[in-house]
Amino acid sequence: MNMMSESAVEKALDQKMSDASHKMIGKDVSVYYGEKRALFDVNLNVRENTVTALIGPSGCGKSTFLRCLNRMNDTIENCRVTGKITLDTDDIYDNNIDVVELRARVGMVFQKPNPFPKTIYENISYGPRIHGLSKNKADMDQIVEASLQRAGLWGEVKDRLHESGTGLSGGQQQRLCIARAIAVSPEVILMDEPCSALDPIATAKVEELIHELRANYTIVIVTHSMQQAARVSQRTAMFHLGQLVEENDTDKMFTNPDDQRTQDYIMGRFG
Amino acid sequence: MNTSLILLILAIIGIAGYVAGARYAMALVGGISSKLHSRPGYYGSFVAVWAILPAVVILFVWLVASPMFISSSVRGAFPEEVKTQSQAEQGLSYGMITSIARGMNALTGDEIARIENNPVELRAALGAKGVPLAGDPQPFMVKAAAELNRMTFVSRILMTILVLGASIGGALFAYRQIAPRFRARNRVEKVILGSLVVASSIAILTTVGIVASMLTEAAHFFTAIPAWEFFFGTVWDPRFAAAGSGGSEGQFGLIPLLLGTLYIGFVAMLFAVPIGLFSAIYMSEYASPKVRSVAKPLLEVLAGIPTIVYGFFALTTVGPFLRDISSQLNGLVTGDYANFIQAQSVLTAGFVMGIMLIPYVSSLSDDIITAVPRALRDGSLGLGATRSETIKKVVLPAALPGIVGALLMTASRAVGETMIVVLAAGVAARLQINPFEPMTTVTVKIVNQLTGDLEFTSPQTLVAFALGITLFAITLCLNIYALYIVRKYREQYE
Amino acid sequence: MTDVVSPAAGIPKAKSVRRDIGIKRRYAAERRFRAYGIAALSFGIIFLMLLLWSVVSKGYTAFQQTMITMPVEFSQQIIDPQNERATNPQKLMTANYPVVARNALAKLLNVSVDDRVAARAVSQMLSDGVRVQLRDLVVANPAIIGTTQTVRLLASGDIDSAYKGQIDLNVGQENRKINDQQLGWMTQLSDSGALAKHFNSGIFVNGASSRPEAAGVGVALIGSFYMMLIVLVLALPIGVAASIYLEEFAPKNKFTDLIEVNINNLAAVPSIVYGLLGLAVFVNFMGLPRSASFVGGLVLTLMTLPTIIIATRAALKAVPPSIRAAALGLGASKMQTIFHHVLPLAMPGILTGTIIGLAHALGETAPLLLIGMVAFVANYPTTPLDPSTALPVQIYMWANEAERAFVERTSGAIIILLLFLILMNVGAILLRRRFERRW
Repeated sequence: MNMMSESAVEKALDQKMSDASHKMIGKDVSVYYGEKRALFDVNLNVRENTVTALIGPSGCGKSTFLRCLNRMNDTIENCRVTGKITLDTDDIYDNNIDVVELRARVGMVFQKPNPFPKTIYENISYGPRIHGLSKNKADMDQIVEASLQRAGLWGEVKDRLHESGTGLSGGQQQRLCIARAIAVSPEVILMDEPCSALDPIATAKVEELIHELRANYTIVIVTHSMQQAARVSQRTAMFHLGQLVEENDTDKMFTNPDDQRTQDYIMGRFG
Repeated sequence: MNTSLILLILAIIGIAGYVAGARYAMALVGGISSKLHSRPGYYGSFVAVWAILPAVVILFVWLVASPMFISSSVRGAFPEEVKTQSQAEQGLSYGMITSIARGMNALTGDEIARIENNPVELRAALGAKGVPLAGDPQPFMVKAAAELNRMTFVSRILMTILVLGASIGGALFAYRQIAPRFRARNRVEKVILGSLVVASSIAILTTVGIVASMLTEAAHFFTAIPAWEFFFGTVWDPRFAAAGSGGSEGQFGLIPLLLGTLYIGFVAMLFAVPIGLFSAIYMSEYASPKVRSVAKPLLEVLAGIPTIVYGFFALTTVGPFLRDISSQLNGLVTGDYANFIQAQSVLTAGFVMGIMLIPYVSSLSDDIITAVPRALRDGSLGLGATRSETIKKVVLPAALPGIVGALLMTASRAVGETMIVVLAAGVAARLQINPFEPMTTVTVKIVNQLTGDLEFTSPQTLVAFALGITLFAITLCLNIYALYIVRKYREQYE
Repeated sequence: MTDVVSPAAGIPKAKSVRRDIGIKRRYAAERRFRAYGIAALSFGIIFLMLLLWSVVSKGYTAFQQTMITMPVEFSQQIIDPQNERATNPQKLMTANYPVVARNALAKLLNVSVDDRVAARAVSQMLSDGVRVQLRDLVVANPAIIGTTQTVRLLASGDIDSAYKGQIDLNVGQENRKINDQQLGWMTQLSDSGALAKHFNSGIFVNGASSRPEAAGVGVALIGSFYMMLIVLVLALPIGVAASIYLEEFAPKNKFTDLIEVNINNLAAVPSIVYGLLGLAVFVNFMGLPRSASFVGGLVLTLMTLPTIIIATRAALKAVPPSIRAAALGLGASKMQTIFHHVLPLAMPGILTGTIIGLAHALGETAPLLLIGMVAFVANYPTTPLDPSTALPVQIYMWANEAERAFVERTSGAIIILLLFLILMNVGAILLRRRFERRW
């Protein structure tokens, strides 16, 4: 990676993005919580090796949509999803698709850092262990180190891998959770407001990390901060009252959106 | 005047004081209640409190203290040769004196005069009045009884005067304080607050009462039997001997009872822990709300069934069943249809106690498991772990300290459980390891030693208190440690 | 352009092709784990059913009692041969009523009372309880002496068991308590309609008896009732007062912390320890009578207090602070706020907790054994200071009796106890449903 200059990488990536295939395709996705409908026929495509930001006022359905992408909504009682979502060519709500397998391919990072109350090493190795991704101890060590490297945490924790993950600072915990997700080698990483519980410095580090991860992974991020969406994403989708209002290139979205509501939201007229 | 009559009069004075106080307060401000600091009722209550509270306190103290005072002065007047006798025999003499005193109240003056000259007739005379005596009274007892009656009589009169005086005095004192700006409400609320404090200190008093009463009685026991013989003795054989007969002392070894308790408790936990834990996991992590809404109350019914019912179940159903099945098994294998499981056995008691403990384990650990934050489950599921992997590798390890606390609490129940073991474990105190044989427990022996006629001086009776304090200490340690762990655990996720 | 982003060493490159992550094996484990859960849950529920079934199947027959209806001649010859009842009323109390009953039955069966063996067999068919039954009839109305009345008398416990089919009749007659002759009579009487099962009101009203067919839980019910009353009158106000102090007034310091730990611990102290406390303090130190339901009530009060305090504190805690703020803002004192607003709102929760505490106290046995409630009490206690027994203690005493008929009685008493508990718990549930508030 370091053979090329920074801008060259960017350029190459952008090039790749523009002709990138759609990694995930959502078609007429609706979600009901019991009687209440939370999402109305959303059609949204997620491009490969792209950061897609989902924005909108709170309660607009952006997190609900995100949780549909790896079927985390299954864990909520009374939740029902209709429509079709595909990962590559697989319909992820098909009966033949296994949730466990799906989630191994589509990882998730949550709003609040949620490291397991175990050591840092065990936190990272948990995913690969349950999925049987490593053959031996050395293999596992390598996965742990590589994941932490990628998450930019290796330098900070390499001397205390066997201390508890809950002892880290908030920002470190969140990067640990990202590393934990990477260790399973997913294809897509979903991030649900990953910086909302973090201070500005930690936020900057995580954003930087997201930026770098884009090279290897497809990322979908929910954020309530438009600045963050502008900083980290290439594509942006705007949700309002359970509906997808507009989906566009981030640059265009923040300078010249097609939809009036997007304009209003970005200008801070509601939210 | 007897106590209930005094209480009735106090109540009347209190009500009168309330009415008078409220009326007087209203009269002071010409019927405009807003000029008063407090509502008129508070002035009334203020008077009533002063009328009743001090008087009741005096009454209560008097009722407790005067019998002690009278008893000690009567005992103090015993002849010297009686004083040299043992405490037990002095106690018997005093008991005799109280019955004579009771009987003399039923006699006429003439009869008393006759008896004082000729004490031998006393027994017959009292017997005719329906007061049986244990033996022939000695001359000094009649005098003492007369003295006892006189002191009781004087004490009654003094008490009545004092209590009623305090009541009326208190009411008048309070009545005279009433003024429009007098803060009656604040005073009354202080009294209420005081009574709230008293009520909450009853909890402390109970603990103090438990510890103090058992320690004093156990201390009596340890004067007869050395503590180390009790705590380290391996033979339990308390021969029942009548009080004062000075027969053989018997052996009071705690070890067989303690081991029996722990063994049966262990067998019970062996059944209760996996079943309770798996039920809790299933209900909190798998079951649909519908299943949960049926299964959870059903398990709680198990907890609501009195232990005597479990004991009966063990005695009439489980015990005979295990005995018969063992004899069938033995017959099939060896051809000898002898049962190798006794109807009363460690297994029977432990198994039934295990069933009783299932709901404790399951509801305690259900609480603990649901306290594990959802974020941890989501984190694991989001990585593609199956539910059982999430439970085994994330939820349970995170909940472990709490679950350990819950299990300790359950264990303390198992140790203190009485009725099941009384009916199903047997009474033979034996040191052995066969779960098919009967063993006995600390609680069974407490019941055994204390049912029937009691003599509060023999070690056979007092040993129950030594056993009790041991039991209390064990459960106290388990409970406190468990409470500490669970509290720590909850704080971690709050 | 694919070589732009080479994966870091150690991490397998993300591919679209399915990786083998052991799905089959892992789902098998999942199913196993789930099956364990279902098995555990069913085990608990099955044993609940088994327990209830074992009690009910053994006990439902106790609510019917075999009785013999027959004409009884109240012969002056036997009851009062010297005709001295006018001068000596005691005579009627001590008359030989069993012979009256025996003669009546013998006549019905055409057995000569001169045949001593047969006469004995006949009298064995009747309960010892007929003495009291007939005596009460005669004492109530001495005029029936010399007349013949149709009376329904208790059959003996063995006949009762045999008639209910609880005795194995294949055993040789020398090994069972009822011989073939008696069995024949029983069939004869049953065919003629004289011998039949009737609703057994005796089990609810009778006191202790050494004869199972005449024994009932009457005294125990009254004793238990007194105790519940005492627990309610003492534990509810004290418990509520203590909770109000701890929840609303107590400063957070070492002392209240101690009380808190102490109450939680008291809730878990073995009940038998409370029995020891009651014996040492109430009976031995204060000199209250043994076997009295008053002492039992005091012991159960101490035992129930922690439960009520814990429930009440939870109920108080559930009342939102905004209610308190509103009342205080209107100038109510703290005491007024609590007694006028918070307490009424918390009341359903408090009562629910109290009922559950009472239900617990009703089924408690061990502490009562120690304060001497294991007593043979045949007469109703008139005050809580009289000797009495309690429902669970009665069950314990009957459970220790060897006779088959007592097993039936014991189960019957358990059914009565469980019915009371169900009633109380249903009451608690209804209360909770009716007044449940969501804030």
